[in-house]
Amino acid sequence: MTTTTASQVIHEPRFMDGDEFHIATFALLQQDGTLFEGARAPELGRETARRIYHTMVLIRVLDERMLAAQRQGRLSFYMQCTGEEAAVIGSAAALDDDDMIMAQYREQGALAYRGFGIDEFMNQLFGNAEDYGKGRQMPIHYGSAKLHYMTISSPLATQIPQAAGYAYGQKLDGQGRCTITYFGEGAASEGDFHAALNMAAVHRAPVIFFCRNNGYAISTPSVEQFAADGVAPRAFGYKMHVIRVDGNDVLAVYAATREARRIAVEHNQPVLIEAMTYRLAAHSSSDDPSGYRSKKEEALWREKDPVNRMRLWMLAQEWWSDDEEKTLQEQLRREVLETMKRAEKRPPPPLASLVEDVYAEVPARLQEQLDALEAHVRRHPEAYPKSAPGLDQGGA
Amino acid sequence: MPTMNLLQAINNALDIAMESDPRVLCFGEDVGGFGGVFRATSHLQEKYGRERCFNTPLVEQGIIGFANGLAAQGHKPVAEIQFADYIFPAFDQIVNESAKFRYRSGSLFEVGGLTIRAPYGGGISGGLYHSQSPEAYFAHTPGLKIVVPRNPHQAKGLLLAAIRDPDPVLFFEPKRLYRASTGEVPEADYQLPLGEAEVIKEGSDVTLLAWGAQVEVTEKAAELAEKEGISCEVIDLRSILPWDVETVAQSVLKTGRLVISHEAPLTGGFAGEIAATIAERCFLYLESPIQRVTGLDTPFPLTLEKEYLPNHLKIVEAIKASIDF
Ligand SMILES: Cc1ncc(C[n+]2csc(CCOP(=O)(O)OP(=O)(O)O)c2C)c(N)n1
Ligand SMILES: [Mg+2]
Repeated sequence: MTTTTASQVIHEPRFMDGDEFHIATFALLQQDGTLFEGARAPELGRETARRIYHTMVLIRVLDERMLAAQRQGRLSFYMQCTGEEAAVIGSAAALDDDDMIMAQYREQGALAYRGFGIDEFMNQLFGNAEDYGKGRQMPIHYGSAKLHYMTISSPLATQIPQAAGYAYGQKLDGQGRCTITYFGEGAASEGDFHAALNMAAVHRAPVIFFCRNNGYAISTPSVEQFAADGVAPRAFGYKMHVIRVDGNDVLAVYAATREARRIAVEHNQPVLIEAMTYRLAAHSSSDDPSGYRSKKEEALWREKDPVNRMRLWMLAQEWWSDDEEKTLQEQLRREVLETMKRAEKRPPPPLASLVEDVYAEVPARLQEQLDALEAHVRRHPEAYPKSAPGLDQGGA
Repeated sequence: MPTMNLLQAINNALDIAMESDPRVLCFGEDVGGFGGVFRATSHLQEKYGRERCFNTPLVEQGIIGFANGLAAQGHKPVAEIQFADYIFPAFDQIVNESAKFRYRSGSLFEVGGLTIRAPYGGGISGGLYHSQSPEAYFAHTPGLKIVVPRNPHQAKGLLLAAIRDPDPVLFFEPKRLYRASTGEVPEADYQLPLGEAEVIKEGSDVTLLAWGAQVEVTEKAAELAEKEGISCEVIDLRSILPWDVETVAQSVLKTGRLVISHEAPLTGGFAGEIAATIAERCFLYLESPIQRVTGLDTPFPLTLEKEYLPNHLKIVEAIKASIDF
C-alpha cells in the first residue's frame, strides 16, 4: 500500500516516459592517463594498482596466445576479454578476495586477479585430467572454490538470481561478505535478470549486479537489445542503487565497485553497476564480426583501450616503467607458451570420470552403464584413443 | 537438381515459406541482419524486410511467448532458439501455452501457426550445453508435434510442412550435419508428411530405428552388420510426435528384432516409449529384447564425448546381441 498512499493524486492524465531520469557516466581517467579536471583518484595503493595492471597484461597475453592456439587447431574454442579488462579486473580488485564471484564467461581477468594460475587456466582449456571440471565443459568454463569463483555455466543469466541467493546466505552468515555477478547487456534481457533484481531488492541481499555493456550480444547491437537508455534505468523499477561507469576507466570502475560493496555489505542493499565498454574481439573463436560491424567502429574503440589508459596513468605515478613493461611481457609470453605445452600433453580424464559427480554417489544403474562402456572400450581400444590407454594403466 | 547442405535447404525452405505466405515471420537471437549464428536465416531480412525477419532481445521465454501471441493472432511465426540447450527458459511457454492453447479454449483460440526451430545434438565438441537432444522432454507434452530431419531433402520438405501444419511444431535440426550433410534438393516448393516414418533400407533380420543425425550412424552400423551376414531394415522415424507406430510395428513383425538409437540419455529417452509400444504390439513376434543404444545417464561431456555417444560400434554390438540372444 505504500506506493498508493505516498503517491500524489492528479486530475489530468499525465504519462511519464522516463526521460526525467538521465543517468550520467562516472569517469575519472582520460585516455592520456591524466585525471579529468576535478576528478580524484580512488585510494588505490601502489601494490593494488600493480596487481591490477599485471593481471591486465597477463589476460592480454593469454587471450592472444590462446586464440592463436585455437586457430592452430590445438583448442576447440576460445573467448577473449579484450577491451573489457578494466571493467572486469578493476571491479574484482575493489572486492575482498573472499567475496563471491559469479561470472558469465568473459571474466577470466577477475579470476586471474584472484590468483588462478596459468597452469589452472590451461588445464581447463585443454580439458585434461587435472581440469577441476574433469574435461566436461567447453574451454573458458573455469571455476575455483578456493578462489570463490563459481564455475561458469553456458546458459545465460542463470547465475544472476543465484547470486542474489548466494548473497542472501552470506548476509545470514554475518561474515560481512558479498557477491558480485557479472553479465552482458544481452544476458540482461533474460527473465532471470529481472527476477534476480527484484528478489535481491525485496530480500535485501548484499549483491552487486555488474553489467558489462560491451555494445553487442554476438551480432546483435545493443540498440536492438533494448529501447531504453541502457540497462541502468531498470534499477529504479526495483528500488535499487545504480551507477553507470566508464568501463574502460579502471579508476572509475574501482571506485564505483568499492562504494557498491560498502552499500551492499553495510546496508544489505543490492547495487546495479552498468559499465560502458566495448567487445574489441570477436564474440568467440567461432565468430567473425566483419559480418555485422565496421572496422571503423572497432578502430574508434581501440583508441579507448583500457589497458593503455591504465599504463599511462601508472607511468605518470612512477609506479611502472617501460623497462618493467618489456620484462613482464616477455616473461608472461614465455610462461604462457611453456605452460600451454605442458598442459596439452597431460592425459585426458579417466573413463570412470564420466559417471562421477552426477550424484553424490554413483547409482547402481549408472555403474552398470560404465561397466558396459568399459568392456566395450576394451573390445575396441583403437576407436577410443583418449580413454583406452588409461584403462590399461588401471584407470577405470 | 541443385545440391545443398542442410543449412542451405533450411534457408531455402524459409525463403519459400516467406515468399508464398506473407504471414510467415522469422525471428530469434541474431536471426536478422546477420542471418543467425549458423546462417540459416541468411538474406531473409534483406528480402522480406525488418518487419518479417528480425533480431529479438536475448530472451527465449520472450521469443516463444511473443510467437504464441503472433500465432494466436493469425500469423505464422518461425521462431529460432539458438541452441536446443537454451530452449528451457521457454519451457513454460511451449509446454503450458503452445501445447494447450487449442485444448483449453475448445478451439476458440489456437497457435497452430507456430514453428520453433532449434539446432540440437552432439559430436561438435560442445560439451554440456551445446550438445543436448531434448526431444523426450517435449514428447511428454500432448499438443506439440516434434520433427527431426536427417538430410537436406528432408529438412526442406519437413520444414515447409511444419510451417504450414495446423499445430505447433518443434523442429530440431541436427547441427552436426548442418554443413556435413549435402544432397540433391528440388528447387520447387514441396512438403514431406509429418507423423510418418521412412523405411530407408529393407532387411529381414533386425529393424534399426533412429532419427536425425543418428540415422547416419545407424546406417553405418547396418553396413558393418550386413558384412557379417545380418540383414538390417533401417527406419528413420522423422517425427517423434506423433510417431508412426504402424511402420515400425510392421517392420518388427517381419524382423522380430528392434534396435533403437538416440543421443539423449537412456532413462526417460524416447526409445523407452517406442520399446514399450512395440512390445505391446509385437510381443509374440519378438525374438529378443528390444535394444536401446543411447547416451549415458549423465550430462553431456566434452573430452570423452566419443565415449559417451552411441556410435556405430555400439550399435553393431547391440545388433549382434539382438541376433545372438
Ligand atoms: C539462455 C541462452 N541463450 C542463448 C545463448 C547463446 N549465447 C551465448 S553468448 C550470447 C550473447 C551474449 O551477449 P552478452 O550477454 O551481451 O555478453 P557478451 O558476449 O557481450 O560478453 C548468446 C546469445 C546462451 N548461451 N544461453
Ligand atoms: Mg554484450
